Amino acid sequence: MAMEEAREAVGDYDLGWHDPEHSTIRFDSGLSEEVVRKISAIKNEPSWMTEIRVKAYHHFVNRPMPGFGDREALEGIKFDEVCYYLRSSDATEKDWDDVPDDIRNTFDRLGIPEAEQKWLSGVTAQYESEAVYHSIREDLEAQGVIFLDMDSGLREYPELVKEYFCSVIPYQDNKFSALNTAVWSGGSFIYVPKGIKVEMPVQAYFRINAKNMGQFERTLIIADEGSSIHYVEGCTAPTYSTDSLHSAVVELIALDGAHIRYSTIQNWSANVYNLVTKRGIAHEDASIEWIDGNIGSKLTMKYPSVILKGEGSHAEVISIAYAGKGQHQDAGAKVHHLASNTTSKILSKSISKDGGRGSYRGMVTVSPKAENCKLNVVCDALILDDESQTDTYPTMEVANASARCEHEASVSKVSDDQVFYLMSRGHSEEEALAMIVNGFFEPFTRELPMEYAVELNKLMALEMEGSIG
Amino acid sequence: MSDNQPVLSIKDLHVGIEGNEILHGINLDIARGEIHAIMGRNGSGKTTAASTIMGHPDYEISSGKISLDGEDLLELEAWERARKGVFLSFQYPQAVPGLQVGHFLRKSVASIRGEDSAKGPVFREALKSAMEEVSIPRSFLSRYVNDGFSGGEKKRFEILQLMLLKPKLAILDETDSGLDIDGIRVVSRGINAAIRGSDSGALIITHYSRILEHVKPDYVHVLIEGKIVKSGGPELALELEERGYEWLESGNNGGE
Ligand SMILES: Nc1ncnc2c1ncn2[C@@H]1O[C@H](COP(=O)(O)OP(=O)(O)O)[C@@H](O)[C@H]1O
Ligand SMILES: [Mg+2]
Repeated sequence: MAMEEAREAVGDYDLGWHDPEHSTIRFDSGLSEEVVRKISAIKNEPSWMTEIRVKAYHHFVNRPMPGFGDREALEGIKFDEVCYYLRSSDATEKDWDDVPDDIRNTFDRLGIPEAEQKWLSGVTAQYESEAVYHSIREDLEAQGVIFLDMDSGLREYPELVKEYFCSVIPYQDNKFSALNTAVWSGGSFIYVPKGIKVEMPVQAYFRINAKNMGQFERTLIIADEGSSIHYVEGCTAPTYSTDSLHSAVVELIALDGAHIRYSTIQNWSANVYNLVTKRGIAHEDASIEWIDGNIGSKLTMKYPSVILKGEGSHAEVISIAYAGKGQHQDAGAKVHHLASNTTSKILSKSISKDGGRGSYRGMVTVSPKAENCKLNVVCDALILDDESQTDTYPTMEVANASARCEHEASVSKVSDDQVFYLMSRGHSEEEALAMIVNGFFEPFTRELPMEYAVELNKLMALEMEGSIG
Repeated sequence: MSDNQPVLSIKDLHVGIEGNEILHGINLDIARGEIHAIMGRNGSGKTTAASTIMGHPDYEISSGKISLDGEDLLELEAWERARKGVFLSFQYPQAVPGLQVGHFLRKSVASIRGEDSAKGPVFREALKSAMEEVSIPRSFLSRYVNDGFSGGEKKRFEILQLMLLKPKLAILDETDSGLDIDGIRVVSRGINAAIRGSDSGALIITHYSRILEHVKPDYVHVLIEGKIVKSGGPELALELEERGYEWLESGNNGGE
């Protein structure tokens, strides 16, 4: 035991501590129709939800693994050893003081209550399967903005949830969207009324604490006509010698003229499989932006997508991926131009180091009826050493000749001369690397709220430490 | 440390790269406040000498010594040498996309001269006056280090760093190359502001004498095929301008 703990404490991931596990309900590991029904029963869900969960479960069981990405790593997922539901606190509190001590301490260490005070419109904090804390600023509530954890959303607004749930990502979309639909728990439900612009971001933070945990949050954001919202999510987990599974589904609906920005800093520990489906649908003149940062996890497969359904709508996907030792980041973006005068911009940057592997997988399509679309795709990779690897799989299917497409890709290495130049200005080799790496990520970082940008720069500096042989 | 101790002292320095010896026994002493020039044709080993003093890891030192104020430099990494007071203005400054000039300057000043020099009005004033001296507009601060800079902008940016970092020893590797007459005048103004009247030593590396009209050296050394073949006063630069290097090459020493 001591050996194992020691091993788990190694490494430079300094968010990898764990609290003693507490649970008021903990399922035995493994998945069956009974488990799915039990989750639904515990939550007292309407029968339509139970039914869709069960259908999704059977689809999951019968659906083969994806034929792309890291098939070897995917085959290594031990679905039988995962715990599919763990409740660590019976209530979602509105006051941090009412959250159980251990859990509150963890979120304190992660800086969440402090950030909430300073610059957020609302916060939801999920620990294992359920939200343990949730709040929204009163003025927003008064304007009719709904910001709830997904379970409360379903309880309080069943009609709205029923209308949009699985409307952007059907459970049959892929094996992991089926899994999520079967066992989802937690996540956020947001509705922004017509014309309301939420100025400060709302934040969700997801923490896995238990070993072999599966976290399956489900998020649904509906921005009504002319409204806008910025949603920010972060996530971390303890470092364990066995694997955990995180498989979320996020659906965004931007109605006419609405604007949704969804920012993620994913920093799971290196034993978490992160297999997430994120997609938004943009109606007339709406815009959806995914700002997607992937620093942690063992394997990430995630391709935030936008369906440009309405004329004049706009999509933007700006992403970074950092693949260090034992990590594979298979990330990218997808945009489908279904209507005329739609525009999209994809910027993807990846860094691989210490044998890590970064892959860009992108798909942009223009349908025959969509006139005058503009597409811009840029993907850059930076490789820090000879053991590391990068690959790109860009696809463009343009069925309308009026489209204007731009595509650029580059792969570069950090040169000794670049490092020497910075060292000659008094910076150690590690600091020099951190400057180069943070510079490379800058087009992403500048899109983040300042507090996040500072954290990300520190994080990357930490990753460069102890890396010089 | 005695008063007549040289800032830079190089003794019998032999340097090679990938197994080929390029510098064959260099000796050079630079005293406080002195400006030395090394002149030589392309490929004579000037950049090799500059990079070796700064501590580029690719250059292999087979024998010899380099010391700064009497302290051995050879065991130190480039960043430690920088913090001790060695500065190199690069012949080919490197671009770092995404790293903002303003941020980079502040970080560099902090690491070399200490946090206090990199903060508040002290830093702002120093930055403002140095930028004026080398005609760099404020908008530069939000650009990325050497990214998309013209040749002239790169050189002016090197001199801006020289002015802010106030080294004990400034090595300027072909700061004049690729500059027009106005460009040379501007960088010379910056160099003079940084080292005249201080007790810093300077080593100006060039293959034309033009910059030496603006920054008058106390001594001129001629480097040919990795050896200093002749040293003299400022007049040697003019002589080289007139006669070229041929008369100094091996077997052609008849003029001596
Ligand atoms: N990185 C390198 N690899 C191999 N040879 C080099 C390298 N750098 C310099 N040299 C060789 O060393 C010699 C001196 O070069 P350099 O010091 O750059 O001369 P200078 O600066 O006087 O033009 C040249 O013959 C050059 O080809
Ligand atoms: Mg040279």
